[in-house]
Amino acid sequence: MSAVPAAPPSASAEATAPLGVVRTYAARIGALCLVEIQRLRHDRSELYTRAIQPILWLVIFGGTFNRLHAIPTGGLPYIDFLAPGVLAQSALFISIFYGIQIIWERDAGILAKLLVTPTPRTALISGKAFAAGIRAFSQVVVVLVVSALLGVALTTDPLKLAAAALAVWLATAFFSCLSMSIAGIVLKRERLMGIGQAIMMPLFFASNALYPIALMPGWLQAVAKVNPLSYEVDALRGLLLGTPAHLLLDFAVLAVSAVAGILVAASLLDRLAR
Amino acid sequence: MSAEPAAVRCEGLVYAFGDHRAVDGIDLEVHPGEMFGLLGPNGAGKTTTIRILTTLLRVPQGVAAVLGHDVARERMTVRRLIGYVPQQLSAEGALTGRENAMLFARLFDVPRAERTERVDRALGATGMLEHADRMVSTYSGGMVRRLELAQALVNRPRVLILDEPTIGLDPIARASVWDLIAELREQSGMTVLLTTHYMDEAEGLCDRVALMHRGTLRAVGSPADLSAEIGPGATLDDVFRRHAADLSDDEARGLRDVRSTRRTAIRLG
Repeated sequence: MSAVPAAPPSASAEATAPLGVVRTYAARIGALCLVEIQRLRHDRSELYTRAIQPILWLVIFGGTFNRLHAIPTGGLPYIDFLAPGVLAQSALFISIFYGIQIIWERDAGILAKLLVTPTPRTALISGKAFAAGIRAFSQVVVVLVVSALLGVALTTDPLKLAAAALAVWLATAFFSCLSMSIAGIVLKRERLMGIGQAIMMPLFFASNALYPIALMPGWLQAVAKVNPLSYEVDALRGLLLGTPAHLLLDFAVLAVSAVAGILVAASLLDRLAR
Repeated sequence: MSAEPAAVRCEGLVYAFGDHRAVDGIDLEVHPGEMFGLLGPNGAGKTTTIRILTTLLRVPQGVAAVLGHDVARERMTVRRLIGYVPQQLSAEGALTGRENAMLFARLFDVPRAERTERVDRALGATGMLEHADRMVSTYSGGMVRRLELAQALVNRPRVLILDEPTIGLDPIARASVWDLIAELREQSGMTVLLTTHYMDEAEGLCDRVALMHRGTLRAVGSPADLSAEIGPGATLDDVFRRHAADLSDDEARGLRDVRSTRRTAIRLG
């Protein structure tokens, strides 16, 4: 056994010096994203099983509706129109259950240990929210590759692809915060599963992922317009397919939702800490 | 004693869950460098006290301080001073031991250049270096506890706070964890504050103990002094019974037989 890493007795109050605010947030987000990468590296099975659903949507749903020409897509083949929607959906399905992890960590005592590190609560939630995005990136790759194989005319501009990844990252941060907020309220895995199941399809259908908002009845249009998923899909279509999009508005909505989500989830962390 | 502030100080500390006062006005002072045991049956309020001192719970009434820093007002400073191991076996099973320790080195802002060395030393000090690259899901309960101690040590804490460090472990692992705690403390001079309901195990190990029951401290002192007050051959168990005359049968059983009450290792599989 080697010597114990003890603080020198003459050390001032603190064993490690605090960083500035920005560096603290960056360091915490980095640390938690790295853990997510390590988890994925040790167990890739989720990457494969998660890939099945978007592939089915693209191949079966997309393949069929592509022949129907029932939905006005502004001249795009339907499968092209659908691809960004499926991308946003698969990221949504990952993030809507992300709160399960925080409940599990609470039950296992891991959350208590994380909360006893010098990490502000908003920084901890930010770290987890953006770590959820790491998981969603695997979906980005799957959906883009499958779409390209199905003949979707995707952009090859690396800058636009990076911007699309950013849109997915921000939206995933928001939806995982929604999930962690629900976790903070219900505190039980089973209840979170139930609520997640209940809201995930409505969030998907009340967006422009499958059809343009203009086709919806008035009340549904109102819902779709406050649904961050619509802005994510709009940004993805604009970036990946070059359709007319409101990129500034889209990114503003996604960024504001992500920040709001982080603040709400962090304020509910107290309930999980108790 | 010098003018050095107490490692841990509580004054008139109260914490209630609804109507139930889990901690009901405790005054406590843990001296720097000592090994202090907070003893009592399940439900005595030990864990609540620990959760207040580790900044996990608010301080609704009274004062709690670590090395002179107020727990309510200087949370970040207090967190940098302490190492905390909760009751549950709480390492991430889906990561290796080293990755678990490295995460905490990052969360405690250990500078990048020192991280590898600090993590290696912490793992070495707890005898976990040779198992460091295995998945934690393959560890035994005792190994997880050792890893958790390593996770707490990467921060080089001044006060190590352990909540039921041997709960859920088999007798051999229990003995080895106690040995490790004693050794770590001897080498580093850290203050150790721990809770346990294994009176006999605390007896030989702690410099001083406080007997806690139903939210209040019934007696504080060295195990030898407390036993001597009762009579020759008295154990801490006897002392506790004397000071907690209102002890129910269930609570008395809780002092010894606890393995059946809490299963903490199940989540790691």
